[in-house]
Amino acid sequence: MQDFSDKWVPTNRVIKWIEDRLPILGLIYSSFIAFRVPRNINYWWTFGAVLLVMLVIQIITGLFLAMGYVPGTATAFDSVVHIDRNVNYGELIRSMHANGASFFFIAAYFHILRGMYYGSYKAPREILWIVGVIMYFIMMGTAFLGYSIVWGQMSAAAATVITSVFKAVPLVGETLYEYAMGGYAVGNPTVIRFYALHFLLPFILVGFTIIHVWALHVVANNNPAGVEIRTRRDTLPFWPYMILKDLVMVGIVLFIYAFVVFFLPRALGHAINYIPADLTVSPDHIAPEWYFGPFFTILRAIDNTMVGIIAMFGAVGILVFMPWLDRSPVKSARYRPVYRFFFLTWVFSALVLGWLATKSTDGSGVFAWIAHIVSGSPVDEGCYKLLAQLATAWYFAFFFPILPIVSLLEKPKPVPASIAEDAVAHLPKVKTPPQAPIVQSQQD
Amino acid sequence: MTDNPHDDNPRRRDFLYIATGVVGAAGVCAGAWPFISALGPDAETIANGAPVDVNLEPIAEGQIAKVLWRGRLVFIRHRTAEEIQKAKDLPVSAQLDPQEDSLRVKEGHEEWLVVFGNCTHLGCVLLGHEGQHGGWSCPCHGSEFDTSGRVTRGPAPSNLPVPDYVFLDGGTSIRIGVSSPDQTV
Repeated sequence: MQDFSDKWVPTNRVIKWIEDRLPILGLIYSSFIAFRVPRNINYWWTFGAVLLVMLVIQIITGLFLAMGYVPGTATAFDSVVHIDRNVNYGELIRSMHANGASFFFIAAYFHILRGMYYGSYKAPREILWIVGVIMYFIMMGTAFLGYSIVWGQMSAAAATVITSVFKAVPLVGETLYEYAMGGYAVGNPTVIRFYALHFLLPFILVGFTIIHVWALHVVANNNPAGVEIRTRRDTLPFWPYMILKDLVMVGIVLFIYAFVVFFLPRALGHAINYIPADLTVSPDHIAPEWYFGPFFTILRAIDNTMVGIIAMFGAVGILVFMPWLDRSPVKSARYRPVYRFFFLTWVFSALVLGWLATKSTDGSGVFAWIAHIVSGSPVDEGCYKLLAQLATAWYFAFFFPILPIVSLLEKPKPVPASIAEDAVAHLPKVKTPPQAPIVQSQQD
Repeated sequence: MTDNPHDDNPRRRDFLYIATGVVGAAGVCAGAWPFISALGPDAETIANGAPVDVNLEPIAEGQIAKVLWRGRLVFIRHRTAEEIQKAKDLPVSAQLDPQEDSLRVKEGHEEWLVVFGNCTHLGCVLLGHEGQHGGWSCPCHGSEFDTSGRVTRGPAPSNLPVPDYVFLDGGTSIRIGVSSPDQTV
């Protein structure tokens, strides 16, 4: 892509001396000050910054929690209670960390949905998109490990359920499981290594963040019009336009976050996780944190364990193929009414799956209902399992076959000729007196 | 083209390249070995995984005792005559993983059922005396097992596994983790 950004020329002799040897200030300037972004991007583009802020909050609060946390089945739960009760502001810091995970995921979901709606996964941003999917996997892993090491009842259930994935691997499953657990079942070595990994993964996420931003700066931001930058007129510099816009959303999110941290610190968690883990008793109802709800329901909706596990991971993994499943040359859903309709139904199916995670999946599945309709065979009461299977089917059907078919058959609406034209078209209507025509100066 | 004096003997070069590569790869494997091995069960975990003896006398008829062996939950169920009969009478059509009840208990000790206590679906701890056949039910996804630990309702794909165990002292106790009484681990 053509580079329209201003070049930084240091005038101070000392800075120039440094810059000649390590051009780090110039890199920062070109990346976060002069970098040109499409002038029409809206508030959906601010969640990347929110994600960065949440990652930093998680790392800082996590570091302080690590100073009080003692891993191991005998000590983990007590040390968490110790942090809550004895460490100065320990309860606050833990509330920030636990609820921070939720807000991290909220921002990630908005960020991903933005990309899906406006076609940010399409050429030339495929690698940027795939790096994002990898980051989301790492984020999920980190959240799972962090939840497990609290070592309450729900932590133990989560660790048991998720690690049984290893056992489902053909042939080497049992050995793989023992090496992953450090024993014959989830136990003391498991909790300790989960803690070590929980500390490590966020920094790997930082590394991927750098790659993600690097890839972004090569291909530039997508935008609501979904047309590429062609002239400097299409763009605005990152500072102050984008940074201040980002900070508005960061402020809004932090406001809600602070409200939850202060006034509803336990609202998003499960009370049963305040009972120390006991591997001889399962909680009456097992449900993950809300952000894993859709994937948990997909796992439960499918009767075959191995298929269920593949579907659970595939629900995220399939995003990798979106750039090639979607054949439409038009990026933005704004000009793709059919795609937009199916995308919104997909979002709805994901919400239904999330809601079903809070329900028991008792009841009959699709096949039992088909048999019931055909031959009148009895079906169990309750429709949650049927719903879960239908929502799962729709979740995947969106990617295949709906996405390829829609993208080939749909007739998109005309897209704007340029970002600048789109931006001007979306300016607020001014009545009287008529303003001077908006002339794009070469200097912004 | 003749800058390199060894160009006239390419096979010697190839051999050195490959040999160096093999030594390097062997070194990487040797270096990785301790770290992979360190992930496996440690000596303490293995020692704690030794067979356990369980006295059966306190377990009343109808009762299910929970024992941990190698950190895994084992149910020891003292079955009533009615429960044994129900297990024997369960039709194959009701079983998802058909198996004879007699293959799941020791001959002459039909009243004792010893099975792992985690659901074969995703490992949740089962609840005893529940489900259609009065065996176990899973609180997570609704799987059910009969009084022989055989799955009668999904999503669990298979019966509860029976651990290796033997009866000791004329049947008043069992040792879990061995397949014959004189086996030492």
